[in-house]
Amino acid sequence: MTLQDIIAGLNLKVLTSLRNFNAVTPQGGYASDLLSCVVAGAQPGNLWITLQAHMNVVAVASLREVSAVIITENAQPGPEVVEKANDQGVVLLSTERPSYEIVGKLWEMGVR
Amino acid sequence: MSDTIQELYGRKGRNITDRDAQEITRVEELAYDLKISDVMTRDVKSLTPADTMRAVVALLRQNRISGAPVMEENSLVGVISQEDLMRALADDDRDAPIHKYMTRNVITVKSYEPVVKALETFARTRVGRLPVVDENENLVGMITKGDITRGVLTAIRRDYQEEEIRRYRASHLFEDIISDRTSLILRYKIKQGDFVNGGQASSHIKRALLRLGAPPQLARQCGIAVYEAEMNLIIHSTNGGVLRVQVEPHRILMQTSDDGPGIPDVKQALTPGWSTASPLARSMGFGAGMGLVNIQRCVDKMELDSTVGKGTKLLMEIHLRPDEKFKAPPGASETPSV
Ligand SMILES: Nc1ncnc2c1ncn2[C@@H]1O[C@H](COP(=O)(O)OP(=O)(O)O)[C@@H](O)[C@H]1O
Ligand SMILES: [Mg+2]
Repeated sequence: MTLQDIIAGLNLKVLTSLRNFNAVTPQGGYASDLLSCVVAGAQPGNLWITLQAHMNVVAVASLREVSAVIITENAQPGPEVVEKANDQGVVLLSTERPSYEIVGKLWEMGVR
Repeated sequence: MSDTIQELYGRKGRNITDRDAQEITRVEELAYDLKISDVMTRDVKSLTPADTMRAVVALLRQNRISGAPVMEENSLVGVISQEDLMRALADDDRDAPIHKYMTRNVITVKSYEPVVKALETFARTRVGRLPVVDENENLVGMITKGDITRGVLTAIRRDYQEEEIRRYRASHLFEDIISDRTSLILRYKIKQGDFVNGGQASSHIKRALLRLGAPPQLARQCGIAVYEAEMNLIIHSTNGGVLRVQVEPHRILMQTSDDGPGIPDVKQALTPGWSTASPLARSMGFGAGMGLVNIQRCVDKMELDSTVGKGTKLLMEIHLRPDEKFKAPPGASETPSV
């Protein structure tokens, strides 16, 4: 399951600049809004599902080398957050659906 | 899209090694990163509608090209290609004006679009050369698959060399300098409440360690420890503080210090889940009370030393196992590790 399939399947909006998402295959995921838990629990290559949308999300995503961040419930990162994410090669995706639903759908799609 | 690139590089049917896979990914990435203006030919040979088909023969032959844009008063009105020329030659019509044979329906690409756009257009239309226009539809260049191949190769060579040189220089630091005790010290000032830049120092430290030839797992561990320590200065200190990392051939020492407020009960602070983070910090997802616990998991030794009214010192130390010592990246050096 490539990141492209996930973006299409969950109808996610790509907030950062376009990349070849076919070349990225996320390995499992981690859902939390508590940054220290993400630092401890997320593994490199995971998708990270959160409703946080501030600057430090980029720092944690890059620190843990997650394959993409799915920002839920339409939380909007500012343009400076998107710019930073582009700088650091972090992929930010967004959806209006809540985390619970996104996690459920990802699990159904076989991202485990 | 990946088909086009495979076609372009003839990788089809070959067994793809990890290294190849990495390179393909980078090539594909470059198709998105590079702009058409980065790889196009700027020196465009053009003709006018009134020129004859003879002029086409001369131009194509002299410049070894297969087609050219047709311009009238600075605007692009058509393209003339080898196929159009064949038709004129078949009619024995060399003296005819170009406008009689040119293709008027010109497919163009925009200079500011990514190279992948041109690749898609090549695949969809089967034309071999495309005029490139700017945002005002002015012709600014021409692009062929050959231009793309050249552009991508140049870019790969460039980033490869840049990173290799950086890593080579950095990874030889400990070998090149002979002393009884060599160490590299990185120092960062961290501002209280600076959530926006939080994580910057740890990200720089992680990258520096990777360039020094540290194994990724080690760089990640240090990254986590330093990130949590950095955030604690931002969230909990009165006036910010200093983060200092000392890299030595056999260990990494990381330390933060601040001048207040200090921790009344250090044992309590170390309890998983204990946090005094402000409501603002909590609303941003800080204050899980897991920072110090995370640090302990990542380092071999941690010491938290604090006095209320004076400040807090946090000392973290990682001893490098024999297989973790800084090594030069493969191929960069014949001399083994430090
Ligand atoms: N530099 C510091 N100055 C004052 N208090 C600190 C400092 N670092 C940590 N603490 C205290 O230790 C507690 C636990 O820290 P930590 O485990 O990182 O969790 P968190 O930062 O999520 O609260 C903090 O809530 C705070 O009370
Ligand atoms: Mg903390």
